[in-house]
Amino acid sequence: MKADPKGVLTGSHFLDGDHACAEGALAAGCRFFGGYPITPSTEVAERFSQRCPLVEAIFIQMEDELGSLAAVIGAAWTGRKAMTVTSGPGFSLMMEHIGLAAMLETPLVLANVQRGGPSTGLPTLTGQADMMQARWGSHGDYEIIAVSPNSPQETFDFTIKAFNLSERYRVPVLVMLDECVGHMTEKVVIPPADEIEIEPRRYYKGPKDKYLPFKPDKDLVPPMVDAGSGTRFHVTGLTHDYRGYPVMSADCQEELVRRLVNKIRKNADHIVEYEEEQTDGADVVVISYGITSRVALRAVDLARQEGIKVGILRLIVVWPFPEKRIRELAGKVKAFVMPEINYGQMVLEVDRCACGRAEVALVPHGGGWVHDPEDILHTIRQAAKGKGVGKGVIEYPRKKRG
Amino acid sequence: MSVSAHPFRRYMRNHVTRTTTCPGCGNGIITQAILRAIDELGLDMDDFIFVSGIGCSAWIPSPLFAADTLHTTHGRPIAFATGIKLCLPEKNILVASGDGDLAAIGGNHLIHAARRNIDMTVVLVNNGIYGMTGGQTAPTTPRGLTTITSPHGTLEHTFDICAMVAAAGASYVTRWTTYHPRQMTRSIKKAIVKKGFALVEAISQCPVQFGRAAKLGKAVDMLKHFKENSIRIDKARNLDEEALKGKIVVGEFVDIEKAELASEWARLKQEVMEV
Repeated sequence: MKADPKGVLTGSHFLDGDHACAEGALAAGCRFFGGYPITPSTEVAERFSQRCPLVEAIFIQMEDELGSLAAVIGAAWTGRKAMTVTSGPGFSLMMEHIGLAAMLETPLVLANVQRGGPSTGLPTLTGQADMMQARWGSHGDYEIIAVSPNSPQETFDFTIKAFNLSERYRVPVLVMLDECVGHMTEKVVIPPADEIEIEPRRYYKGPKDKYLPFKPDKDLVPPMVDAGSGTRFHVTGLTHDYRGYPVMSADCQEELVRRLVNKIRKNADHIVEYEEEQTDGADVVVISYGITSRVALRAVDLARQEGIKVGILRLIVVWPFPEKRIRELAGKVKAFVMPEINYGQMVLEVDRCACGRAEVALVPHGGGWVHDPEDILHTIRQAAKGKGVGKGVIEYPRKKRG
Repeated sequence: MSVSAHPFRRYMRNHVTRTTTCPGCGNGIITQAILRAIDELGLDMDDFIFVSGIGCSAWIPSPLFAADTLHTTHGRPIAFATGIKLCLPEKNILVASGDGDLAAIGGNHLIHAARRNIDMTVVLVNNGIYGMTGGQTAPTTPRGLTTITSPHGTLEHTFDICAMVAAAGASYVTRWTTYHPRQMTRSIKKAIVKKGFALVEAISQCPVQFGRAAKLGKAVDMLKHFKENSIRIDKARNLDEEALKGKIVVGEFVDIEKAELASEWARLKQEVMEV
């Protein structure tokens, strides 16, 4: 299905990542936005508030982040594509409803423009420390999908991708920006509507009185209906059967929750996406995502000039993690180097998949600014020796500067 | 043997044959009041979307009512309902939940939905205690009452939910007890028809938890207590605080017409289209 031209601002624009996120959502067919202002994500809401009446969309500024995601889930069940956006403390407040969205298998998009934390942290400055929270933040077992853009253009593109994945798998999808990407202004090309592929909602087409909201198709994803369309469905956050009715039993829990995780895990090959460069014959592969992937390019260039064989693997879809590919590479390279703006989050996944077959070196950063490429380069040089194999996640002391 | 069905059974899902409520609970009276209101208005269940939160009274529509029923998170049904109403302005949205759900953990959503004056009916079942979790003190628990979590008596003042929702700007605010099912039904009808935020606070008996804590006896004794201690708003206006001590003021507190949010969105869209 092609995009509805009403929401597509075709042309060449000079936009920051936050504005590009809003435009990506509108191009994807998002027609409901519920949010609460929080730096550095507020510009997404601002853009929506201006654009919504023009495209017959609804904008509402809710009283808090709990209400924002609640309103979005409600709107999504009426048949609208819906999203919210937040950062740091607001992301924490949204955790309960990420769990409900996963449990009700509600397609929606949540953009998190990451800032430094914990707590109020660095409201105006960048961070990448919500990556594990994105995956594990709500209680109980579930799976979500998360994507990580590294430019305003990608933020536009990946927000559309996020909506498509959410409809395809009936799952909340997180767009994990960081403040740098959210606030950097670059050229964003918005294609004509007929060049934008849109995943339509999977609707139930049977008789109205036979609808079972949680009876999955072969790919483990159940079809949906819109609230108010006469199917008289029931949904609940309680463990439920195909009909949506609560069943308090270990058997029902096993069937439901296993499917909730399996519909992502079993389809991971279709969801996982990454970008790779010169990994064949590499001694070191630098793995990164978001703004850090652009900083890492400089370090990789410098290392190559020194004759070190360095490859790049950039995560596009962050969750599910590309574990198959990391396992393959672990048998071929001496080391993985992972810079990220936290004290070690996605690197734990790399280490898990490396299985002690390659060194895993973290280049941490507490947030507030991006890495100095020199720090990444310094770690690449050490890691190229491959002496840390089997030692878990290691860090090399930062190079002293004159 | 002939089997006769309750006239409102047709508003309920066939295969739901049990409720989760305890013997003597006020939920049954309130369920009847809601269904009777819908019946007397001549509305269809497909005209409604029911949203509830967590707690005993969140089970009034869910999964009992043969309609779209969304059973959501603790305290947030009004926020879910806000998203639904804005997208489906032609539908009647009815939220049924308890005092703990809507006035404690979800109090902020209640305030702001009233302030926005978004068109929905909120039936807030106030039993003055946390029933489902075993009788803990609530913001609505009478001051001084001994509960599981106030073994020395509650030190806190009791929440006047109607006054708060009225102050926040709702179009329609009313309170009745389960001793007043006819008045409650009339008010639910008005609330459904009212274009704006409408609160029906239903003071209800919880003989199992509240009745025990307050030593008010069984359900019938509690209903008698409601009868003897309820006072109409028009009479209460002339009484001082001392005379109103321990009384339940019932009646209509607010019944006004004012701009409603979903309609305001429709107006804005129309204006934008014309430009």
